[in-house]
Amino acid sequence: MQDLGISVLFQGNNFLRLCAGLWVTLRIALISMGLSIPLGLLFGMLMNMHQKIIKGLCRIYLEFVRIMPQLVLLFLVYFGAAKTFGINMSGEMAAVIVFTFWGTAEIGDLIRSALISIPKHQYESGYGLGLTKMQVYFYVIIPQIVRRLIPLAINLLTRMIKTTSLVVLIGVVEVVKVGKQIIDASRYTTPTAALWVYGVIFIMYFVICYFFSFMAGKLEKNLKY
Amino acid sequence: MDFEFIVEHIPLYVEAAELTLKVAFIGIGLSILVGFLCSLIKYTRIPILSQIVSAYIELSRNTPLLIQLFFLYFGLPKLGIAISSLGCAIIGLTFQGGSYMEEAFRAGLESVPKIQTESGTSLGLTGFQVFRYVVLPQAISTCVPAFCANIIFLIKETSVFSAVALADLMFVAKDLIGIYYKTDEALLMLVAAYLIILLPISVLCSILERRVRYAGFGN
Repeated sequence: MQDLGISVLFQGNNFLRLCAGLWVTLRIALISMGLSIPLGLLFGMLMNMHQKIIKGLCRIYLEFVRIMPQLVLLFLVYFGAAKTFGINMSGEMAAVIVFTFWGTAEIGDLIRSALISIPKHQYESGYGLGLTKMQVYFYVIIPQIVRRLIPLAINLLTRMIKTTSLVVLIGVVEVVKVGKQIIDASRYTTPTAALWVYGVIFIMYFVICYFFSFMAGKLEKNLKY
Repeated sequence: MDFEFIVEHIPLYVEAAELTLKVAFIGIGLSILVGFLCSLIKYTRIPILSQIVSAYIELSRNTPLLIQLFFLYFGLPKLGIAISSLGCAIIGLTFQGGSYMEEAFRAGLESVPKIQTESGTSLGLTGFQVFRYVVLPQAISTCVPAFCANIIFLIKETSVFSAVALADLMFVAKDLIGIYYKTDEALLMLVAAYLIILLPISVLCSILERRVRYAGFGN
């Protein structure tokens, strides 16, 4: 094993450090997802309102998020906010803000289309039973939507986990950054470290995202009705 | 806001935008090709090859482009394979885009009802003719929305290339921030550049989507 750079992974606690880095990435994705779901639910309901101004504003927000690369959004929040408003937030904070901003739009759009797809008689039957508008939403519509949305939301989560790899570019110490540190530290002892470290990170992302997309596919099949 | 600074640096952005678009154009073209071939392999269920294609799709869909690029750009030279940053960008984009395009094409191909193929065959068309004249036109019209979404997604993904030292829009903006500390101006121009590139494409796509909707049944 002398010549193989793979040994660099097992020196000291390198592998554990990589895992800790991966956890930072996952944490950002999970927190943003947790925030996006309730906000997206609200946003989706807003988009279904009949007021033109609200609809227009929502449309602009949605299109903006769709068109801007996430990396640009990260730069806007991280550097823009620091320069313009003098707010110095950590990279992780900026990442959570951006991913929530993005996730809310995506989930909102999913919820809007789910709301439209719910047959009208579901609402009418609810009203016919004497429920208020709020009650119809909470007891009739949302439970049905949530069921349809779980697989789609998991898919979005996979995309978010993949996109969190970008946060290294605004200076968050996550798995890629840790990988770089390991490569730099062992530049002279194991010159081929880059291959192995990036290879392992590649596989780590694959394992996690594959798990989630596999789950999503499975749920999609199970929840069909 | 320093407008002189903005005007002065517009050429830099134009140059970067050209490079971004060039990479995106080549990458998207190649990924359409890869996607189409892969979807054909999956559709016709060629033994072995279709398993390889499935593996490729899972691998490419479940890993971030940034990591793929890092692996190509920093990892592979250790094996003696050195690729320029432009090469890495195009390979990465094709690798990532191919699987997304494949999914779009395959969804289109699979959405064509079996009756269509059977009717075609019973009319005396050969397998290839059925595919060319019956299945393909219908499949393409159904996969246009997914296809457009992929194109926009892939152009957005090009922003990552700055990480492997390709002088794209993101790279120029980062440079300007680093050199002059004109964060607001650089970011404003960056946002404007992406809007100018992507807004027309997005509008075109929604027009196209509306046009092809008539090609389907029941609308």
